[in-house]
Amino acid sequence: MARYTYTEKKDTRSGFGAGLLEAGKKNENVVALCADLVGSLKMEAFIKEFPERFIQTGIAEANMMGMAAGMTIGGAIPFTGTFANFSTGRVYDQIRQSIAYSNKNVKICASHAGLTLGEDGATHQILEDIGLMKMLPGMTVINPCDYNQTKAATIAIAEYEGPVYLRFGRPVVPVFTDPDQKFEIGKAWLVRQGKDVTIIATGHLVWEAIQAAEKLEEEGIDAEIINIHTIKPLDEDAILKSVGKTGCIVTAEEHNKIGGLGESVARLLTTTKLVPQEFVAVNDSFGESGKPAELMTKYGLDAENIILKARKVISRRTLFL
Amino acid sequence: MKKEYSIEQLKGIATQARRDVVRMVHGCQSGHPGGSLGCADFLTALYFKIMNHNPEFNMDGIGEDLFFLSNGHISPIFYSVLARSGYFDIEELKTFRKLNSRLQGHPTTHEGLPGVRMSSGSLGQGLSVAIGAALTKRLKKDNSLVFSLHGDGELQEGQIWEAALFAPAKKIDNLVMTIDVNGQQIDGSTEQVLSLGDLEAKWKAFGWDVINMNGNDMEEVVPTLQSVRERAFKGKPICILMKTNMGHGVSFMTGSHKWHGIAPNDEQLHVALNELQTNLNDY
Repeated sequence: MARYTYTEKKDTRSGFGAGLLEAGKKNENVVALCADLVGSLKMEAFIKEFPERFIQTGIAEANMMGMAAGMTIGGAIPFTGTFANFSTGRVYDQIRQSIAYSNKNVKICASHAGLTLGEDGATHQILEDIGLMKMLPGMTVINPCDYNQTKAATIAIAEYEGPVYLRFGRPVVPVFTDPDQKFEIGKAWLVRQGKDVTIIATGHLVWEAIQAAEKLEEEGIDAEIINIHTIKPLDEDAILKSVGKTGCIVTAEEHNKIGGLGESVARLLTTTKLVPQEFVAVNDSFGESGKPAELMTKYGLDAENIILKARKVISRRTLFL
Repeated sequence: MKKEYSIEQLKGIATQARRDVVRMVHGCQSGHPGGSLGCADFLTALYFKIMNHNPEFNMDGIGEDLFFLSNGHISPIFYSVLARSGYFDIEELKTFRKLNSRLQGHPTTHEGLPGVRMSSGSLGQGLSVAIGAALTKRLKKDNSLVFSLHGDGELQEGQIWEAALFAPAKKIDNLVMTIDVNGQQIDGSTEQVLSLGDLEAKWKAFGWDVINMNGNDMEEVVPTLQSVRERAFKGKPICILMKTNMGHGVSFMTGSHKWHGIAPNDEQLHVALNELQTNLNDY
């Protein structure tokens, strides 16, 4: 059985910053735009290395998205940086018309997603962004789980042609994935093999799923964990293969249960192989101020709740047999 | 493409483009004739005289002048000028707004129509897009120009003013935006709906090099647009306040917001075409 440990904690946004610098070194067409949040997005290293390829837009996200779309004409590969809320909800129509419908090669890079933004509260804690972005035809949606995966994803999206939404977070979290990993867009990562229940997790919930699986093992429950870092396009084969073995599934994400990864999985299962599913996600509410860990506990986005949902979904499985 | 058309020839092409506009809108009984007719002279001059561009369309347009239509609802005149300057067959104009057409109600890159580099229709987005294209030209040391066209009603969108602030602050001086000041929008005059105030003072205060132009006089449009090559690359973006008459060229459509977005009937088409005589051919 795969065991995961960590020696340090780092924020996924720093993985983005490191990946952006690397992508910039690899390809001179990579440019970055930021709406007055350079420090929060960890863009300093890129700016220092490539000052002429950085555009400070000021607090004007709509203009930033439009300019990014325009910059693709002539071959630039723009990476926009701001908080997830201002990367999606605030600029939805700009993304819809000028980026998605126009099929422009823009990388929308969004930090401080979800509850783990913490003390700033619900105005800044978007829990609807995955839903907003995945509904746009042609949009790729990626939510990596740690520093190394975020860095690898950032490098990978620079090499991919088409609009991408890359979502990451603020707090430091365990670094447990391979620093030399090759990130494949749309390809799930089988974190842990098991036969009793499938846990599908994305973003910060992957580490929680690993913790849950180890505790479930003590109860004699053998959980399989799949990391879906690419919510769209969804690796349907990986999910179907796993539920074919386990017959039940828990989805875990730092997002509203409406519109998130869980719903994408439910859509897949209802049209292919119907198995019971439980959701670890925010129950259609806004967030609030607090420490990230306190919020994750209060809203049930932790290992404890994954364990409860795993037990529940296993008990429901008999109804489907 | 940059041909040596005389002013008289350009007037003839603009009149033909106006014939296309009313016939296209009549053909599908849908679309926006008013603003299209008002901007016919400007777009004809731009595509047949001013811009260095290649109808063998390439999205990146490196080394070419680029144009972005921000007020996408005047798609009929955009499509007519693109077709007549060689981007696609003029026969395709008859498919405007019909099922399975590349000539969507509002311009889009989605159907692969040559000459269209950005979808538009939802207003207020094109200035940002044009600035972005100008930024990449600057980065790549491409000394061609980026043009954009906007409605005056469109200036009521907030994104325009984000972009208006950005371009002078960052010295985007390879950019020429033109505002179609026809004073009309769907619900009435701009004065009644939401007054735009003193546009010249506003754009100057934001730091733009402002030019006034009568957009329905080819004798004035051509030299004014030619002058922007001299005024560009001097540290300021250029804003042309282009006074036009909505519906210009068709007497019963002229000067009224009522013809912003409705189609002529058979009888009205007949009257309009009688007023728009050319020695060119209809599609």
